[in-house]
Parts: sequence; C-alpha cells; structure tokens
Amino acid sequence: MAEIRVENVRKTFGKVKAVWDVNLNVRDREFTVLLGPSGCGKTTLLRCIAGLEQVDQGRIFIGDRDVTDLPPRRRQLAMVFQSYAVFPHLTVFENIAFGLRMQHKPKDEIEKQVQSAAKLLHIEELLDRYPAQLSGGQRQRVAVARAIAVQPQVLLLDEPLSNLDALLRLEMRAELKRLLEEIETTTLYVTHDQVEAMSLGDRIAVMRDGQILQYDTPLNVYNRPANLFIGGFIGTPPMNFLEGEIRTEDDRVVVHTGGGDIYPPPKAQAMLRQLKEPEVLVGIRAENIETLHTPAEGTLQAEVLVVEPLGSHNLITMQLGPEQIKVNTDADFKAQPGQTLWLRLNADKICWIEKSSGRAMYPD
Amino acid sequence: MTRRRIGRGLVYLLAIMIALWILIPIYLITITAFSPKDVIYSWPKSLFPRVISLETLLFFIKAQYVLDSLKNSVIVALLSLAISLVIGAPAGYGLARHTFPGKDVFRLMILSTRAFPIVILSIPLAVTFMQWGLYDSLISVAFLHVAMALPTTILVTSSVFMGVSKELEEAAQVFGCNRMQAFMRVALPLALPGLAASAIFTFVLSWNEVFAATILTLYNRTLPARLFIQLQASPLPFRFAGGFFILIPAITFMFFIRRYLFSLWGITLR
Repeated sequence: MAEIRVENVRKTFGKVKAVWDVNLNVRDREFTVLLGPSGCGKTTLLRCIAGLEQVDQGRIFIGDRDVTDLPPRRRQLAMVFQSYAVFPHLTVFENIAFGLRMQHKPKDEIEKQVQSAAKLLHIEELLDRYPAQLSGGQRQRVAVARAIAVQPQVLLLDEPLSNLDALLRLEMRAELKRLLEEIETTTLYVTHDQVEAMSLGDRIAVMRDGQILQYDTPLNVYNRPANLFIGGFIGTPPMNFLEGEIRTEDDRVVVHTGGGDIYPPPKAQAMLRQLKEPEVLVGIRAENIETLHTPAEGTLQAEVLVVEPLGSHNLITMQLGPEQIKVNTDADFKAQPGQTLWLRLNADKICWIEKSSGRAMYPD
Repeated sequence: MTRRRIGRGLVYLLAIMIALWILIPIYLITITAFSPKDVIYSWPKSLFPRVISLETLLFFIKAQYVLDSLKNSVIVALLSLAISLVIGAPAGYGLARHTFPGKDVFRLMILSTRAFPIVILSIPLAVTFMQWGLYDSLISVAFLHVAMALPTTILVTSSVFMGVSKELEEAAQVFGCNRMQAFMRVALPLALPGLAASAIFTFVLSWNEVFAATILTLYNRTLPARLFIQLQASPLPFRFAGGFFILIPAITFMFFIRRYLFSLWGITLR
C-alpha cells in the first residue's frame, strides 16, 4: 500500500511530447483512472511509472521511495497489460506464481497465494491449463490474478478490458471493481473509454497532448468539466456548446445566443461581468434541458431534426438558431422531425466557458 | 463449376509430377543402395527390390576414409551450427527488438553477403587460411559454412523473435526479472522451436556443402567433399550407397523443420 507521486515528468519520443510536465498524486489505496483519447500519452505515463520507459525529466515516487532510476522489478508494483501478456509456455498456475517464484518465496506460500488469487478471479479449475486453451476473458483473469498474487504496493492496468467483447467487458468491469475494492491496492488504470473511467475510478485524470487537464471525482469531471475539451469528450452525447455574447440590459447580464437570450442566475451574472471579453460558450448537457410542446416564459424555440428512441429515454437532435443541440426527453415524449418545440435550459447547470481560452467557469 | 474442377485437377497433376520428379530418383537411389552387387550391375532394372541386403552399404562404410570423413562432416556441421547460432541469434534478437539508424540497410547488407559466389570466396580464403595455419582444418570449413549460413540464421531468428511479443518480456521484467532473466525465462523458451529450425537449417547446409569443403581441405575432407572426388572413380554400388548416405540426414532434417519453414513463409501446415 502506497501512494504514487509523479513530479514534473517529461517523456519525449523524438519530437513527440508524449508526456509533458505531468504532476499526479494518487493517494494510498485510491483508484485513479487515466482517461484520454488515443495518443494522449496516458499509456506512456503508465509505462514511465512501471519503469518500462525512462523519463527524460522529473521524479516518480512510490510511497516515500524515489523509484525514478529503479528497474521495473525493484518498484514493487504489478501490471496488467493490454494484450494480457500471459506467458504461453507456462501453465496458469506457473503464470500466477511467476512473480512469487522470482521473489524466491517458499513453496507452500506460493501455493497459498496462487490459490487465493485464482479463487478471487474464479479460475481455480484452470490452474493446470496452458493459456492457448483459454478464452480471451479467462486469459484476462489470469493476467489480473498474476498481478494481485504478488501483493503489489501499486497496481497498474493498461486498457485491460479493451480486447474483450462488449458483454464480457461489462461483466469484467463490475468484477474488477468488486475485486479492487476488496484488495485495497493503490491502482492506476488507463482507458480511453469514458464509461469505464466513470464507473471504476475514485478519481479521473483526463489527459490530452501529454498533459493532465483535470484530476477530480467522476461526478465533478462530468458535471463541472474544467474546459471545453473535457466537456466535449466526456458524456454520451457530449455536452452541447452554444456560442453566446454577454450583454448588459438594465443592469442585468444577458447572454445572447443565436437561438435566443439566456438569463444567468445571479451568482453567474457577477462572474460573467468580470470577463474581459464578451464572447462566451454556453455548455449544457442533454439531460439538463427541459423540452416543452408549448411556448413558456424563458424558453427557446427549436426545430426537431432527428428523434432517436433509446428505450430508457429519447435523444432528440434539434436546430436551435444556427446551432444543433442534443436533448434528452422521457421515453414517452412524442416528437416528429420538423416539429417546433420549446427548450428550457437549467441555468444552474450551465457551464460557462471563456471562448478564447476554452476554460470553464463556475460561480461557486 | 466443372472448369474450376479441371483447373484444380491440373494443379494437382502438376504437383504430382514435380513430386515424382524429386521422389523417383530418391526412391531409385534408396532401393539400389539396399540391393546386392549383382542386382546393381544387372539390366533391365526392376522397380521393386526382390532382394534386400546391406552388402552395398557395408561395402561403402568399410571403404577407406568414409567413416573418417563422416565424422568430419558431423564435426563441421555441429561447429557451424553452434557458431552461427551464437553469432546469429543475438543479431536476430537485436534486429527484432531495437530500431537503430541504418537498420534497413543492415538487413539488406546481411543478405548481400550471399551475393558473392563461394568460388570467389573460397580461393582467397584458402590462401588466407594457409597463412594463418588453418588450412586443411575442420574449423576453417566450419568458418566458411558459418559465413554462408549466417544471413539466413540472422533473418530467421529475427523473425522468430519478432513473433515473441515484447509485452511478454516487459511483463517478466515487471514481475521480477532483469533483462537477461526476462530473455532466458520468457523469450528464449518461446523462440526455441524456431531457433532449432534455424540450427537444423545450418546443419543441413553444412552437411550438403561440397565446393568450399573441397577447396579448403586436403586430407581432412568432409563426406560430400570426399565423395565428390571419389565418385567418378568408384564402382557403381559405392556411388549409390554414397548418394543414399548424403541424402538421408538432409531429408530427415527437412522433415523436422518443414513446419517452421512454412511458418516463416506465412503458410500454416495442418
């Protein structure tokens, strides 16, 4: 059990800045997810922590040990690889026992540890088999069992579910969550799947272009994205963004958009007043918009383009002034393409974004 | 439908003819080698042996120098195999795992060494070996065979190591191995069948090689080199027995490594 501390780490490949001045502090026993689009440097950062890549600059600590210059085997960590990397020439038992054998643990202890790890992952009956005789999901379990059998201080997982089919992935996701809560190891988990990140992580570190943009709880990352990119990256559908212009009318701040005027709540007004530029982006999630069949006070008029019934709810794409906007409605809400509807944006849930910098602002 | 069937039939016919073209001489050599002397000299030949005897083969083995040169052949082949693997496998590993400036050029240059005919290589080498006092020694023949086998060894082992995922070695490192241990415990066992195939390839190459062995030695001849000189002056039974002796190891080894040869070419053998 230990924290992971990454300080000002840089890693470049030729001219590519894979990881650029990253600071990350994963608390003891915390489950952190590194989330980002492919090529954002998340796997490189994980490999730097594992010691499989040498950092160009910066330090990495596990607990209070500076591991920056240590080879992987001395860092007291375990890793689950994207391709599982289960040794094909060893039985499942020997695969799980591999790390313990390298530590020259006594025979009965190895037996005990392997059995308990296998039991946690429900693969006790497979111990005598070779990996070639296993399915992808079973190999995945072997890889995880091998990692937890050594009782590492830190567990690193590199897109462990990405090679599984959709149904199995869902099942393994829940099982991983249960398992990792049970063993209470500090965990760093890399994924490009935002749903995985939301469902698994205690905290999510969103990465882009080698940098961490936001490091916060899943709900905060979802509800209060730090910038335009995160709002557009997380959530299905992603956040809607409307171009707006701040105007002051009768001492009140009004945000004028192509689809109509939006009246910010008082706290937000004070904040918007201090902006140096009038241009602002109004970020709002599909579920924070109420859809009405009839006009009402403070609503915006929009035209239905596409209706997608998703069972649990409907996803409606609408033309709002010059922009398209996606809105969630109840499953029994009736709408036809071409129909005119009225939208009420929940002003408290709006994420105000400075247009020039893409930085998101929240009044509280 | 019928046209396709005819086309298929033609392909099979061609394949059978090629196979026969290779197999019939082998068959004839084999039955003749197992026939007694008077049958060998008789005419017309029978396609099926009526008498099987070891007389001819024993005659061959008991001939002067044959056992000695057989021993020489084995020693040279084993030396070539060992040296080419010790030099070639690490080179192949390096090619498979690392990118370095000039890698592609290096790859090409490895192959280009085969562009020099052995004739051109052997004679200056014979002179050099004379100066070094290595002439007429088995190691000198082995050296030349290594030079001939090395390009294949390097390219084959590099493709063998490329088939072993890098992540496996990384996993081994994470779970307590240093680089060397990761190689010995994971990469090597997984590459072993392919390495064995490449080793046997070298063995067969050395076993069959005539020209360099003839030029580089005088008394310590390998079996093919010895036969090359003696066959013209030998009685018929001796020639057939000699041919059989040279054939057998090559065919046996080819049979062993064919699956790896196929896998190198990307064909799976069922």
